[in-house]
Amino acid sequence: MATYLEFIQQNEERDGVRFSWNVWPSSRLEATRMVVPLACLLTPLKERPDLPPVQYEPVLCSRTTCRAILNPLCQVDYRAKLWACNFCFQRNQFPPVYTCISEVNQPAELMPQFSTIEYVIQRGAQYPLIFLYVVDTCLEEDDLQALKESLQMSLSLLPPDALVGLITFGRMVQVHELSCERISKSYVFRGTKDLTAKQIQDMLGLTKPAMPMQQARPGQPQEQPLVSSRFLQPVHKIDMNLTDLLGELQRDPWPVTQGKRPLRSTGVALSIAVGLLEGTFPNTGARIMLFTGGPPTQGPGMVVGDELKVPIRSWHDIEKDNARFMKKATKHYEMLANRTATNGHCIDIYACALDQTGLLEMKCCANLTGGHMVMGDSFNTSLFKQTFQKIFSKDFNGDFRMAFGATLEVKTSRELKVAGAIGPCVSLNVKGPCVSENELGVGGTSQWKICGLDPTSTLGIYFEVVSQHNAPVPQGGRGAIQYVTRYQHSSTQRRIRVTTIARNWADAQSQLRHIEAAFDQEAAAVLMARLGVFRAESEEGPDVLRWLDRQLIRLCQKFGQYNKEDPTSFRLSDSFSLYPQFMFHLRRSPFLQVFNNSPDESSYYRHHFARQDLTQSLIMIQPILYSYSFHGPPEPVLLDSSSILADRILLMDTFFQIVIYLGETIVQWRKAGYQDMPEYENFRHLLQAPLDDAQEILQARFPMPRYINTEHGGSQARFLLSKVNPSQTHNNLYAWGQETGAPILTDDVSLQVFVDHLKKLAVSSAC
Amino acid sequence: MNVNQSAPPVPPFGQPQPVYAGYHQSSYGGQPGSTAPPTPYGAYNGPVPGYQQTLPPGVSRAPPSSEAPPASTAQAPCGQAAYGQFGQGDVQNGPSSTVQMQRFPGSQPFGSVPLAPVVSQPAVLQPYGPPPTSAQVTAQLAGMQISGAVAPALPPVGLGYGPPTSLASASGSFPNSGLYGSYPQGQAPPLSQAQGHLGAQPPQRSAPPQASSFTSPASGGPRMPSMTGPLLPGQGFGGPSVSQPNHVSSPPPQALPPGTQMTGPPGPPPPMHSSQQPGYQLQQNGSFGPARGPQPNYGGPYPGAPTFGSQPGPPQPLPPKRLDPDAIPSPIQVIEDDRNNRGSEPFVTGVRGQVPPLVTTNFLVKDQGNASPRYIRCTSYNIPCTSDMAKQAQVPLAAVIKPLARLPPEEASPYVVDHGESGPLRCNRCKAYMCPFMQFVEGGRRFQCCFCSCINDVPPQYFQHLDHTGKRVDAYDRPELSLGSYEFLATVDYCKNNKFPSPPAFIFMIDVSYNAIRSGLVRLLCEELKSLLDFLPREGGAEESEIRVGFVTYNKVLHFYNVKSSLAQPQMMVVSDVADMFVPLLDGFLVNVSESRAVITSLLDQIPEMFADTRETETVFAPVIQAGMEALKAAECAGKLFLFHTSLPIAEAPGKLKNRDDRKLINTDKEKTLFQPQTGAYQTLAKECVAQGCCVDLFLFPNQYVDVATLSVVPQLTGGSVYKYACFQVENDQERFLSDLRRDVQKLVGFDAVMRVRTSTGIRAVDFFGAFYMSNTTDVELAGLDGDKTVTVEFKHDDRLNEESGALLQCALLYTSCAGQRRLRIHNLALNCCTQLADLYRNCETDTLINYMAKFAYRGVLNSPVKTVRDTLITQCAQILACYRKNCASPSSAGQLILPECMKLLPVYLNCVLKSDVLQPGAEVTTDDRAYVRQLVTSMDVAETNVFFYPRLLPLTKSPIESATEPPAVRASEERLSNGDIYLLENGLNLFLWVGASVQQGVVQSLFSVSSFSQITSGLSVLPVLDNPLSKKVRGLIDSLRAQRSRYMKLIVVKQEDKLEMLFKHFLVEDKSLSGGASYVDFLCHMHKEIRQLLS
Repeated sequence: MATYLEFIQQNEERDGVRFSWNVWPSSRLEATRMVVPLACLLTPLKERPDLPPVQYEPVLCSRTTCRAILNPLCQVDYRAKLWACNFCFQRNQFPPVYTCISEVNQPAELMPQFSTIEYVIQRGAQYPLIFLYVVDTCLEEDDLQALKESLQMSLSLLPPDALVGLITFGRMVQVHELSCERISKSYVFRGTKDLTAKQIQDMLGLTKPAMPMQQARPGQPQEQPLVSSRFLQPVHKIDMNLTDLLGELQRDPWPVTQGKRPLRSTGVALSIAVGLLEGTFPNTGARIMLFTGGPPTQGPGMVVGDELKVPIRSWHDIEKDNARFMKKATKHYEMLANRTATNGHCIDIYACALDQTGLLEMKCCANLTGGHMVMGDSFNTSLFKQTFQKIFSKDFNGDFRMAFGATLEVKTSRELKVAGAIGPCVSLNVKGPCVSENELGVGGTSQWKICGLDPTSTLGIYFEVVSQHNAPVPQGGRGAIQYVTRYQHSSTQRRIRVTTIARNWADAQSQLRHIEAAFDQEAAAVLMARLGVFRAESEEGPDVLRWLDRQLIRLCQKFGQYNKEDPTSFRLSDSFSLYPQFMFHLRRSPFLQVFNNSPDESSYYRHHFARQDLTQSLIMIQPILYSYSFHGPPEPVLLDSSSILADRILLMDTFFQIVIYLGETIVQWRKAGYQDMPEYENFRHLLQAPLDDAQEILQARFPMPRYINTEHGGSQARFLLSKVNPSQTHNNLYAWGQETGAPILTDDVSLQVFVDHLKKLAVSSAC
Repeated sequence: MNVNQSAPPVPPFGQPQPVYAGYHQSSYGGQPGSTAPPTPYGAYNGPVPGYQQTLPPGVSRAPPSSEAPPASTAQAPCGQAAYGQFGQGDVQNGPSSTVQMQRFPGSQPFGSVPLAPVVSQPAVLQPYGPPPTSAQVTAQLAGMQISGAVAPALPPVGLGYGPPTSLASASGSFPNSGLYGSYPQGQAPPLSQAQGHLGAQPPQRSAPPQASSFTSPASGGPRMPSMTGPLLPGQGFGGPSVSQPNHVSSPPPQALPPGTQMTGPPGPPPPMHSSQQPGYQLQQNGSFGPARGPQPNYGGPYPGAPTFGSQPGPPQPLPPKRLDPDAIPSPIQVIEDDRNNRGSEPFVTGVRGQVPPLVTTNFLVKDQGNASPRYIRCTSYNIPCTSDMAKQAQVPLAAVIKPLARLPPEEASPYVVDHGESGPLRCNRCKAYMCPFMQFVEGGRRFQCCFCSCINDVPPQYFQHLDHTGKRVDAYDRPELSLGSYEFLATVDYCKNNKFPSPPAFIFMIDVSYNAIRSGLVRLLCEELKSLLDFLPREGGAEESEIRVGFVTYNKVLHFYNVKSSLAQPQMMVVSDVADMFVPLLDGFLVNVSESRAVITSLLDQIPEMFADTRETETVFAPVIQAGMEALKAAECAGKLFLFHTSLPIAEAPGKLKNRDDRKLINTDKEKTLFQPQTGAYQTLAKECVAQGCCVDLFLFPNQYVDVATLSVVPQLTGGSVYKYACFQVENDQERFLSDLRRDVQKLVGFDAVMRVRTSTGIRAVDFFGAFYMSNTTDVELAGLDGDKTVTVEFKHDDRLNEESGALLQCALLYTSCAGQRRLRIHNLALNCCTQLADLYRNCETDTLINYMAKFAYRGVLNSPVKTVRDTLITQCAQILACYRKNCASPSSAGQLILPECMKLLPVYLNCVLKSDVLQPGAEVTTDDRAYVRQLVTSMDVAETNVFFYPRLLPLTKSPIESATEPPAVRASEERLSNGDIYLLENGLNLFLWVGASVQQGVVQSLFSVSSFSQITSGLSVLPVLDNPLSKKVRGLIDSLRAQRSRYMKLIVVKQEDKLEMLFKHFLVEDKSLSGGASYVDFLCHMHKEIRQLLS
């Protein structure tokens, strides 16, 4: 077992890949019976400090339908200077520059440790990165002030040659021209009217080449600035201007009468941003960063009317089909998101408001383009400020942790086909021999576009075994998959990262144990969760839960050891032991439960769930709980109500929240002021320890979690209470009055009940 | 003519006489009465009899005429007399007249036939003076008699002549004498009389103007004698003037003053006049006394005139050939006379139905219960009691209302009455506002509405006891009970949305396309605005204007500017979505000038720089207005847009226009399309503007066709103004543009106004002309209204009027002042009603009539072919005059043209209207010019139309340099120009300085600072500033002329025989125009023919 764990870990570190199954069932039928699909979590740009990119271009298989890239799995004939493609078996000549290779003089891509390798493409023009700020001005004064400061600050974080642009909106949408010297100039659009990209470009004067300039100085046609230069300028040139401009930004001046929401034209603003970039910089790395402080209230993409007495849609309304604007708005934003994706740009959404801001409708903008989605209460919070700052953080090379306009291509050996992907991507609709007809997630293609990604962006990629049962894979045969990610690096280089992996085939009937042992239950849980969440976007919640339950039961039936009709005999091997528990918490998670969450929150949670890597995803599914006490060093404890004890401090990390919870006794001590007494220094340390740990998490996490410092009986303690397994509730009376934990007032089933039930069903022959 | 006349005259006389009587009564009565009070009156009262008497004697009408004079008093008592004389003379003495005619060579040609071309009485008189004219005219027309209304007078004269010799004896004598012999005599008297009347006969004419007033001729018989005496001349002068206003008093004074005046005017004026006048006087003395000084020719002829009498016989033959221009009514003379007669005393409005002095006369007004003529002028101050009468007369009943007219400093602006929360007191039924005509009854507890007769309760807080005359004790303490014009503070009920309005705003919208930049306009404008913004209109003594300002520039797209005071730099906001215009900002767009001064200055500095390199030539237009309107809407205020625009808006946007200028359409049925807007979009837009109280002033700087007809739709419907500067160049047009701009920005404006004209039962306002919008048939909606804008209202009968109670008009204007105060301005006017047509004709005002007719015609061209419109005008005019002739003038030969005293200028003015650019364009007049003028005239007041259609031509070098007064004008005809002189010509829009080819070198030197005529730059627009009396005087005169007009007139120096002279000659409206417009004389003949056709 240990070997598999190590293998898994090693693979993850090297290739950024985690498979649900690390030994693959060799036939389609068997694969289906495994319940959990053959799939992987791929982190295309996983940070690899030890992997310097090579400065040449990859060697491609010459077969036009293959075009796989030379990799360590290929057979090479050094003498003949030939190599055989391991996907299509085509024999290829090495290019002339490879003439001097030999067994001892191998190019990097042939070395086994370079199963993941990155190439830098030297060809092609390099365009600077583009950052287009789209700023809501219908904010409270201090909110706007904070936002302005954040934006001004961000200018110093941008690469100096990056192009930056500014669009502000409220009732109107203003596209600011940045090139003017003295007078600040902006183009204004009505917030209620959607415009085509062409119209927008016409109105911004982007369609006509700057003829006058040319005529005026015929001698220097080369220096003629790009027409778009008026709106997008290199940071270093207009740093001061833009700082001033941001400084002078006013709140939307249109009066808002009592009982009304401000008119906010988010839909049109985004549309204009998209149109602007579409016309000027298609297919170059660009971020549209939308900062909004409330729901769109007019024009296309409006989410709620401006009457305050009509509240914004809730899940209840949606279920009752009572959300009048939702469908139209969603359609609008989807259309925008698709256009943006086509152009290779990405959209970030920074939504800070106490009420919902329409993330439900807008989510696709971030989801489909690989943009960020950040939700906070106010721009004047560290949550937003630090999150925003983190966007511009740099890696060990001093490069921004962002990449643009990526396409991910997946090539498989013949026994496999690609069924789909789930993550911040859109299909490029590239059919090919390796594309399955059955779709899981975004399928029907072997290539996806990921307009914006960072080192943690992770996709779930689902496969299908296609070999028939009667034509098993020869023993010892290996299936191979190659991931080719072409992207624009933040340094504006075009790069290609190639990861080629191989796994053994095994006959499921004869080698089931083998396969079982190679099961990665963490990856499997996350991959199943992604499927579930993906389904939840389009299906009713209960259906998804039922589906999940059924899958779990079937998995237990397949891999459990039990006597029929005897629940007590049920056992699961170690490699499956945690899986039911993940499923239990997943069922309770906000990704599948909408109760107590607004539609926006659900969208927000799901957004992050669909892009974080395995570790983070697991935290999201099953939050981590640490306990601090005088009894020993901090220890992870069960996410269970029994862990809530009076003399403990708990630190819970749900990914979205960091909760520090002081037990009842601790609170009393603190009230008594022991921490200030020198003789109780240890108490002070105890209080401090979780804070320090929390800080550590906060520093590393993107987006910044909500940081909650609460105590026994505090209102915010609900964050903790709602997460823990309700092993003690008001229903199981025996727990009352005991000192072993805190009862949770809920009717939810506890893990114990859940597992009992699961056992019963698994051993039953009925299903 | 005479001959012809003679024949017909007889019968006519009979008829006319009675009419005369009427006349006498009116004008004559007054005047004459004064002069020869008793008699004249007697005559009046008994005019008829008098006439009859005359008649009888007048077997040859002449005799009766003599008597008639008194009767005729009204019209041309004098004139008539004169005419009569003429007519008769002519008729009978055909030859005699001719003789006179002969004298006037020019005339002769005209009046080929010796007909009695009696022109308008007064004016005519002069011409008449030359009785020949009549003769001439007649001659020409053969049948035509120009003799103005006078004609009738003539007869009397004639009559008088015989007997009263002393009297208009002329007339009398004429007839009797049958020939000129009579004339002279007749003339003499007639003049006096005629003048009174007007077109009285030629002789009178000469003197008529002056005399006309005198006309006292009415006094007829009695006077005559006196008249004949030395008085005649004097009377002639004094008489006329006086006569009109105060009959009684006038006569005597007239007599005296007249003489003096007469001489005075002529004397003082340039030598020309003096010479002429003398001539006249001579003539007058000789025959008339009233000699008109006007035309130089006169001098000659006149002298002859006297001769006429003697000559009669011989001259005849020759004269017939041509009508002497001097013999036909002269606007100059009429104006001069009115100035002399009525300029000195204030016009007190207390009496109902008084005809005010002419617009060309400077006079003061004392409001004693009726609105000042500065606010309201009517075509007639005596309205026929029945619609039948009105139809018969065809005299349009119209009022030209200028509700916010500027007053001279000596006159107080209307008092503001604040009735507190209850608001102004109104009639419950017709909603008329409290006014001096309301009758308080039941001890003051109730009042009876003077408009609808409804009895209303007087609210307790308004109660006041009545004195023994039934008048409220506090009548004189309350403006609304004692004055013709006053204002009420409006309560919130009178406000839009029941909210008091916020102060209005001005938005400057500047075209920054290539043309505007290149011509230097933008730079000039921005520079000017910086200082001009300190002079936004303020109300009363306010220290600072309440008006906020905003700025927009545009070409194909619009640029709004945020000039909020807190900004360090203005911010520009571009709106490219012209298809669906909106306002991009609210706060910071409209700002207080003093608060945002720095930002505004910075903006105005930068605008020219920002667009200095622009290559954008396309512009939009409708979206610009839309934007301004939306901005005001967003700010919830009324206001005014100042648009500075250069080119046809061809950019893709609403209101996009095509170049549709097509000269081939002229004189076709499709010509009207040139005046119609290309698209209905602008009307719709205008409607929205009006609803928002958004007034649009448009400054156009076209280099080519811009379709003024369409572009001016919005300004027109929103009560705005259009200014056009073709081929604008900073060097040449800067002064004019800036001056217009300053005035336009600084003038007081009322916003978001609604005007309603209420009338007493019996008549009703049925039609409105001017720059405004109407969404129903009664309310005139004006987004903006300034002191230059005039609304002409036409009335029709819908019932019988009562002679006793007269007819009342109340014009109520609800508006928002510059400071944002909501107010009601009320103007009241009481008119007389008459059962006699003569009363109508005696109380008409030709200038106002022309104003109405021009507007009517100019609106007509939108829907009918221009020719139809012209014909309609001519027909109507002929009908008016024919009706007079038929019903009011004393009998005379059909060959005589007899014009009512008050309307003797109608033909000449009408001719000017007919040959104006709109109705008869010359080759050089562009479609835009026509449309421009068309819309300009639409909101002109009477003074403006007067000078616009009949330009003022002032000789500069004839009068001594020292004289401080404006030189007397001369008639707008090339014949009046002497090549040794320099003339100024102005029509309210243009100003020419014409330099004769043989002007003295010294004059050239002192005016132009060059040594000879040939060195004067033709087309020069500025006179060098030289320190010599002549230069100072001329420049001073130019300045004062400009000051009188609402638009700056750019000076153009025209040299005789120079290319530019063509342009100048276009304004010599008495001459035949190149485009086919008839000369005055020709038209008069034509008119006469028309009339005769109608009569037969």
